[in-house]
Amino acid sequence: MKKPPILERMTDVFRDVLDNETVALTRETTANDIEEWDSLSHITIIVAIEKEFNIRFNLADLKPLRNIGEFEDLIALKTGSQD
Amino acid sequence: MMNYFTYPLNPVALLRKKKSIRRELSCLPNLADKRIAILGGSTTAEVRDMLELFLLHAGIRPDFHESDYNRYFEDIMFPESGLRNFRPEIIYIHTSSANIQRFPAIDDTLETIEELLESEMDRYAGLWRRIEQDYGCPVIQNNFEMPHYRLLGNLDAYDRHGRTAFISMLNHRFAEEARKRKNLYLNDINYLAAWFGLERWHDRLFWHSYKYAMNYEAIPLLADSIASIIRSIYGKTKKCLVLDLDNTLWGGVIGDDGLQGILIGKETPEAEAYTEFQRYVKELKERGILLAVCSKNDEANAREGFTHPDSILSIDDFAAFFANWNPKHENIRRIAETLNIGFESLVFADDNPVEREIVRAQMPEVAVPELGSDVAKFIDILDKTGLFETVSVSRDDLQRNLFYAANTEREKQQEQFASYDDFLRSLDMVADIAPFFPLYLDRITQLTNKTNQFNLTTLRCTLSEMEAMSCDQNRITQYGRLRDRFGDNGLVSVMAGIVKGVELHVDLWLMSCRVLKRGMESAMLDSFVARAKTRGLSGIVGYYYPTAKNCMVQDLYKEMGFRRLPPDTTDNGTAWHLDISQGYSRKNTFITVKQ
Repeated sequence: MKKPPILERMTDVFRDVLDNETVALTRETTANDIEEWDSLSHITIIVAIEKEFNIRFNLADLKPLRNIGEFEDLIALKTGSQD
Repeated sequence: MMNYFTYPLNPVALLRKKKSIRRELSCLPNLADKRIAILGGSTTAEVRDMLELFLLHAGIRPDFHESDYNRYFEDIMFPESGLRNFRPEIIYIHTSSANIQRFPAIDDTLETIEELLESEMDRYAGLWRRIEQDYGCPVIQNNFEMPHYRLLGNLDAYDRHGRTAFISMLNHRFAEEARKRKNLYLNDINYLAAWFGLERWHDRLFWHSYKYAMNYEAIPLLADSIASIIRSIYGKTKKCLVLDLDNTLWGGVIGDDGLQGILIGKETPEAEAYTEFQRYVKELKERGILLAVCSKNDEANAREGFTHPDSILSIDDFAAFFANWNPKHENIRRIAETLNIGFESLVFADDNPVEREIVRAQMPEVAVPELGSDVAKFIDILDKTGLFETVSVSRDDLQRNLFYAANTEREKQQEQFASYDDFLRSLDMVADIAPFFPLYLDRITQLTNKTNQFNLTTLRCTLSEMEAMSCDQNRITQYGRLRDRFGDNGLVSVMAGIVKGVELHVDLWLMSCRVLKRGMESAMLDSFVARAKTRGLSGIVGYYYPTAKNCMVQDLYKEMGFRRLPPDTTDNGTAWHLDISQGYSRKNTFITVKQ
């Protein structure tokens, strides 16, 4: 069975971690757009994303990401995904 | 909800869902507020969040104070920090091997290494002393996990220059200190890290990026461990393990397979695993946990199982034995009644998921670990859940099963007497009632925190608060021990009051249900009144605060001849007055009291 697209699964993770069902991610979304997305919840998001996609980030990966688009690309690269 | 907190923990789900879990747990009724300071040598934000979940789940709503990053030392030593105003009730010092000031260098002399060890110990001893002075509250202190790398390889463990050796020495010294200091409780992260896996524990990425001293996924395990200690400091520990029989204590179904057919002993790997589990259960009993059977079986069949030559447990090991075809939650209620303990003191172990679910639904207070059906995992699941965590093992714990066995003897005797009074007289009861005494403070605190039914005020106190109470000149305190011809019941009752003007206000009066209906409460009141008269006081004021558990004592003061005071005397209970200026008639007739 084909899994939903990366952005959709990322949205689920964000909604769980931030406990906010209204979070809607686009490639342009940044931390400034979501109130609860602070440095503390960011760490939890990183860990939850790793588990969701079964990947491990390395030190170089975790340099500041400008927006969700960059985050999505990083996940795509790590998973070798086509979408 | 419950399943998030049983072993094996699911750290990923706990971390990902923590906000919604927290939202749900915060709505639970009767949460007790506690002020807890987390003083960290590394980042503590997630430790705080996870600890909050585990404490809420245990019925405690924490208010936290966190030190700034790696300011644990300054926060304690310099009073201008926010810690003073916070007035912590518990201080948790979250340090780790990353906080060791200096490890031995390879060319250090043995004297230098000794000095390093002493200077490290002095730092912590200074902190503990200061906390004792300034706050007098319990301290939970991490010990040290084994190091990330070993410069000397295996030699690291025994050459005095090795980090592994140095950390082992420190842990040894911490254990010595914790044995000596009443208020110091060690959080054994050395064991936690080993259990979690040292390779995963030392997550360098999270250390370098966020200064977390351990893997993010180890934090729920850590929080569970701290919460277990806090639960046990406040006496919220389990007293009784209720066990299913078929496929729990032995393999197979005794009613179908017969005594020869059940799996126990050494014949097969499965039989060995059941034997190991029975041995674990027996060891729990030996350290003071009561055992009970709750099984769907004909009683004769159930009993026969324990006559198996390889059975480690015998019928006598169980304080209550219910084998019948009634629903299990009904039997569990009867077990609680038989043993005179609350539902929240029970743990239910059953391999059958349906039975577990029914008990969870019918009796939410009972802890029901996800035992599964693989006997090889049973021990881990009970052991790592921290349900039976204890901060000390008292003589009373070790004798608890004897107390209950003696109770059964007393009940048999009771049937032979014409009247209950005759029975009481035949017991030859002797009580020892005296002011709080240092040797007994551990037991006094333990009893105070776990007694729910015969407890007028349900005031909970830490050991330090009890110590303060026993030294307070404005207070009158007493404990009561009771023995009879069947044995020693141990320390079973506690009373304390505060002197205001010419009256003694009783804010603590409780008694173990082990000695209900023996007249001990009368003996306690007699002694208390005598003490008050010696101080020249003219009246006793008693309070009753209702809880879900203590309705058995709602009329106690009335029965003791107190007069009810107007309702506005107290907020949420009843207040009672006894005039002792015109004399007092003793209530106790069956117990010889040694003052």
